[in-house]
Formats: sequence, structure tokens, C-alpha cells
Amino acid sequence: MSIDNDTTTDAGSPASPFAGAPDVVTVRNVSKKFTIRKDNSLKERVVTLGRAGRRHSEDFWALRDVSLDIPAGTTIGLLGPNGSGKSTLLKTIGGILEPSSGTVERRGRLAALIELGAGFHPDLTGRENVYLNAAILGQTQEETEARFDDILQFSGIGDFIDTQVKFYSSGMYVRLAFAVAINTDPDVLLVDEVLAVGDEQFQKKCLDKIREFQEQGRTIILVSHSLGQVQELCDSAVVLHHGEVKFQGSARLAVKNFREILEDRRVAEVEANHPEEEANPGKVEHVELEIPGREPGAEHRHGDDLVVRATFSHATVLPEWRAGIKIETHLGHPAFGVDSRQLQTHHAPLDGTATVEWRLEDLRLGGGQYFVHVFLAKPNGEHIVIQREAARFVVTDEDTQSGIAWTKTTERQVR
Amino acid sequence: MSNIVTDRFERLRHERMVPAGRPASAVVGSVREVLAHRQLLDLLIRRDLKSRYKDSVLGFAWTLIRPLVQLAIYYFVLGQILGASRNIPEFAIYVFSGLTLYGLFSEIVASGTASIVSNAGLIKKVYLPREIYPLASVGSALFNFGVQMIVLLVAAVLQSGFAWWRPDLLFFFPATLVILIWATALALLLAALNVYLRDMQYLVEVLVLLLMWGSPIVYSWQMVATRAPEWLLTLYTSNPITLAVLGIHRAFWSAGADSEYPEHLLLRLGIAALVGLVALFACQRVFAKLQGNFAQEI
Repeated sequence: MSIDNDTTTDAGSPASPFAGAPDVVTVRNVSKKFTIRKDNSLKERVVTLGRAGRRHSEDFWALRDVSLDIPAGTTIGLLGPNGSGKSTLLKTIGGILEPSSGTVERRGRLAALIELGAGFHPDLTGRENVYLNAAILGQTQEETEARFDDILQFSGIGDFIDTQVKFYSSGMYVRLAFAVAINTDPDVLLVDEVLAVGDEQFQKKCLDKIREFQEQGRTIILVSHSLGQVQELCDSAVVLHHGEVKFQGSARLAVKNFREILEDRRVAEVEANHPEEEANPGKVEHVELEIPGREPGAEHRHGDDLVVRATFSHATVLPEWRAGIKIETHLGHPAFGVDSRQLQTHHAPLDGTATVEWRLEDLRLGGGQYFVHVFLAKPNGEHIVIQREAARFVVTDEDTQSGIAWTKTTERQVR
Repeated sequence: MSNIVTDRFERLRHERMVPAGRPASAVVGSVREVLAHRQLLDLLIRRDLKSRYKDSVLGFAWTLIRPLVQLAIYYFVLGQILGASRNIPEFAIYVFSGLTLYGLFSEIVASGTASIVSNAGLIKKVYLPREIYPLASVGSALFNFGVQMIVLLVAAVLQSGFAWWRPDLLFFFPATLVILIWATALALLLAALNVYLRDMQYLVEVLVLLLMWGSPIVYSWQMVATRAPEWLLTLYTSNPITLAVLGIHRAFWSAGADSEYPEHLLLRLGIAALVGLVALFACQRVFAKLQGNFAQEI
């Protein structure tokens, strides 16, 4: 798997959006070993003492020699497939787990949004739980009293605040927990997969609050499976794989790197399941972009056409197939997509290689950088191969409007 | 860069980097950490107490019903039917004072042992000084102890007026202190071990039962003194629980003022307290050593 080196940041430390920020977390050569035991009662332990006991346990390295400096004010994402050690790293930073070797040092007030409402007691009322949970997150009673109205308002719980939380719906429960957590005053906030709670409106409130935190120079360490969210929120990201740091740098490159890991894993799984088949029979041989009437590599201006040409190959003859492209912004938001099914194109069987051309006429996109992904798929839509960021183009930014779409706009006062 | 940001960075720059999860200095650090969280400790104790009898009609009355029933059983079965009360005047006060103090011990040890495992949700998600959970058990046990003490005083007044109001009443303090120290030490140790071996919870049930009959709660120390050989009596009397129970008898059981007690009871209690402090220190060290792996072992 390839590891990109981001040219804008040195591989050692993620850049803070604020200049001259002090470090709040330093992780030095941290390794974490879990011993998985298969017995858990006194009798079993005694019976399997000594040598036999060792056979009943298994070592598993959740983190291997991880080093990281996090400057204040950064929002850093931890990415990695399941079981790659990202939650373990987050818990080590939070002091919940002790590293087997190496050191984790930090300063400042720390709050953890690791599983909301961990401190909630079902038999207590919402109000009592607010005070308890705030104390768990390190607030004093007076601070909680001062913020209580904010918490209540943010949660939208209303009169239910004096009801026992066991009668709450799961949404209310999580909203209240989040309201408490977000109304603390941390320097460092640890977030583990919890931003996807509540309805859309509540999620938006949460993201707004996170942005506010960022503006206030708070440090946020985020574990998320939502790659779009990571690209959108984070200044930088770390990719973990099998407990090792695979990549460290800008969020966009980290996401790309992480996708490569996922793709490698998919290929490995296919190979394991069907050893007789070649895992990756399809290939995207070549992709090129052309903007008719402009130099190769020139910026695209709205209204220009865009031609995408892709050459595919397949190890065996494919009687039926589809090809398609997707265009995404540099933040990973889909801007456009099309494939053979939608265009009702029927291709001749793919024997060897085939080149497909898409002509996007009169394309009007907002200014900025765009990536083109190209894929080859089976007739049912299952991807055979997808090449992400196969090509890139830049649309001239004119600062006359914003957003992904560009359209001719006029404005006048009508009344 | 706005003011709020520069202020924050300036404050952070002057703060020292500390290792995550554990105070830098040993016992002093742990004590300081717990003290820093005393408001939370208070809330955890309230949570324990509030949630225990929530939705029950009688609520806190249950705190009293169990020991009162126990008292009734021991008073009638042992005292009246088996005749233990013939040698022990005011047998009800005698039994109840011992039971109340022993109740404190057994509650701290039993709920303290379970405290880490039953707070697994919190321990796995948030870092707090973990001593706080056994200490919260100590707190709620002390509250129940307080309620029972009131009942004991009322019973004492009903039985013999204010005869118990005398200097010997001060024995209450060393006796309770000895129980507190030893129970807390055991709670810390067993709570940590229980994470690794769930057998501890069941072991504690047996232990609490044994220790109750191993101290002069429903029979008298004199019965042991007249029957047991010298070495066994020494051993029996050295048990801090025995000493504490004798202390509380000395404090509240005014009818037995002229009955026989081991020599230098106060000194013995003092020694038991000192040895207890050493044990508490050792148990805290074991706890601190084991707590690093709590989150992954639970």
C-alpha cells in the first residue's frame, strides 16, 4: 500500500490552524498489548497455572509504537478500519487505558464524548443526571448551575427534565447527554463516533457547536467512520492500521490513504474467499481529461465542456459491463455522477481493453478543485474496480458566487 | 487570532504536561486526586442512596427493616429460646449495637467489592480516580450506619433512659474508626481483585458470614474467655472486628458496665487502627497497581 507524503505538512506533527500553538497531547512510542484470556474463574486459573496458563492466553497488540504530537487548536481525525486501534489510542489519550510501554502526556482540561450518557443512572431524573454527568466530566457544581439553562435549552428536553431518564426515548437520552458534554469547558475534547446522534436538526446543532469549539482554539480529537465528516471538520488526520500509524497529514490525503487500505482489504478478502479467481481482474488502465478549446491542465471555466476518457481492461472476457464516473469536490462531496445504465449505453463485450469517453457538455461548476473517480462495474452495479481520484481539475474561482453549482444569476429589488 | 484563543494558549503553555490517567506522585497524588473530586464523590453517594430505594413505597424504611428483623431473630431465637440473654443483661441493646457496627463493616466490604465491576460503564468510558467508586460505597454505608445509630439511641433510651450517657460513650469513636479503616482497606483490595476474579464477590459473602460469628456480636467475649485456650483467646481478641465490637458494647451497653473486657481495650483499639492504616496503605498500593488495566479487564 502506498503512503503519500503530504507536501504541506511535515510527517511528524499535524499543523495547527493557529500559529505558535503549544502542544496539548504528546504520545511517545506508545504500545498497548491486550492479553486475551480464555478462562475467568478462580478454579480455571488455578487449574491452568503456569505453562498451561500461557497457552490459554493470547497476546494482541492494539497499538504499536505510536508517536504523535497534537498542538492546541487542532481538530485531528483518527481513521482506520475496525480493530485498527483508533479507539484504543483515544482511550489511552483519555487516560482510560494505560499503555503497555511508552508515555502519554497531556495538559489542560479534558472531556471525553466517548459513548454518551455513560454516567447516566436510569433511576435518577434528568436534572440529577445532568449534575452527576457534568461532575464526571470535571465540572464543579457551581459551573453546572450556571450552565444549566443552556444545557436544558440545547437538549430540547423541556419539562421532561424532572422525569427519570429510564422513561426517556433513546433520542432524548442522547440529546441530554450530548448537551451536558458540549456545555463543559474543555481544552481537549475526545469524540468517539457520537456525532451521528439525534435528528438532522440536532446533528446540525452539534456540528455548529463543534465549529464554535474550533474557533475558540479548543483541541478536538475525533474518531469517526464518516469520511466526509473527517474531511469537513478536521485540519489533519492520522490513519491507523493494525495498531500502527500508516499516515499522518492533511485530512484529504488521509482519507485517500484510508480508502486504499480498505480496498487492499477487500481484495485480500476476495482472494481468501475465491482463491481460484483472480481478485482484481479489472483494471483502470488510463484516465485523461480534456477541456476542448483549452490547453491540457488549464483551469476549467463554467460553460466549457469536459471530456473524460478512461481505458479499462479485464483479465477475462466480460460479455456485459458498465462504466461510470463520479465527480467530487476536494471535501468529498459528490457533485456529479453518471454511468452506462443511466445513459442506457450498451457496450460490446470487454475483451482485452476498451476505452470509454464521456462528454459533459456546458458544465457549470462553482470554483475550486474537483476529483474524478472512474469505475467499472458488473451489470447489477457491483463494482469490479474503482479508481478514486483518477484525475483532477480546477474550476476558476470568480468569487461571484459560492457552492458547487454555478448558474447565471441576477438580483434586483422587486418591492 | 482572537483573545479567547491566545488566552487559552497562554494558560496551556504555563501548565505542566502530566502523564494521562495517573497522578505523578504515589499515595499523595491519589489522595489529592480524590479530594479534587469530592463533589463528584458526594454525587455518587447520593446516586447510590437515591437509586437504591427509588420506586419502592417504603423507601428508606428498608434501611431499618432488615437490621430490625435481624435484631428480632437474634433477640428471640438466641436470647430467649437458646438462653444467651441469661448471662447478658439488656440483650437487645447488646446485639443491636454490635450488629449496627458490623453492618457498617459488611456493607462497605460487600458493596465496595462490587463497586468497580458495577461501575464498569463509567470506568470504560471516562477517566476518574478509580478509588472514588469504593469510597462512594463507604459513603453510602456510613449514611445507613447513621440511620441505624439513631434507632440504636432510641432503643437505648427506651430500655434504660439515659444511663448510656457517660464517658465510656467515647469508645464509639475509636471502635467506628477501626471498622472504617479495615473495611475500606478490604474494600479497595477486593474491589481491584474482583475485576480479575469474579469469585471475590462470592468469597466476600462467605467471609462476611464467618467474620460475624468470629466476633462477639450475638454471644459475649466472656464466654470465649472462659472456654478457649490462651493462644486462641489472644488470636480472637486481636481481631480488629472483635475489638471494635467490644468498643461499641463499652459505649452503648450500659447494663454490662461491670462485665469483663480485655485489658487495655483503648490501647488495643489504637494498635488495631494503626495496623489498619498500614493495611490501608498497602491495599491502596495494590489497587493503584491494578487499576491501570481495569478498563480492559472488566
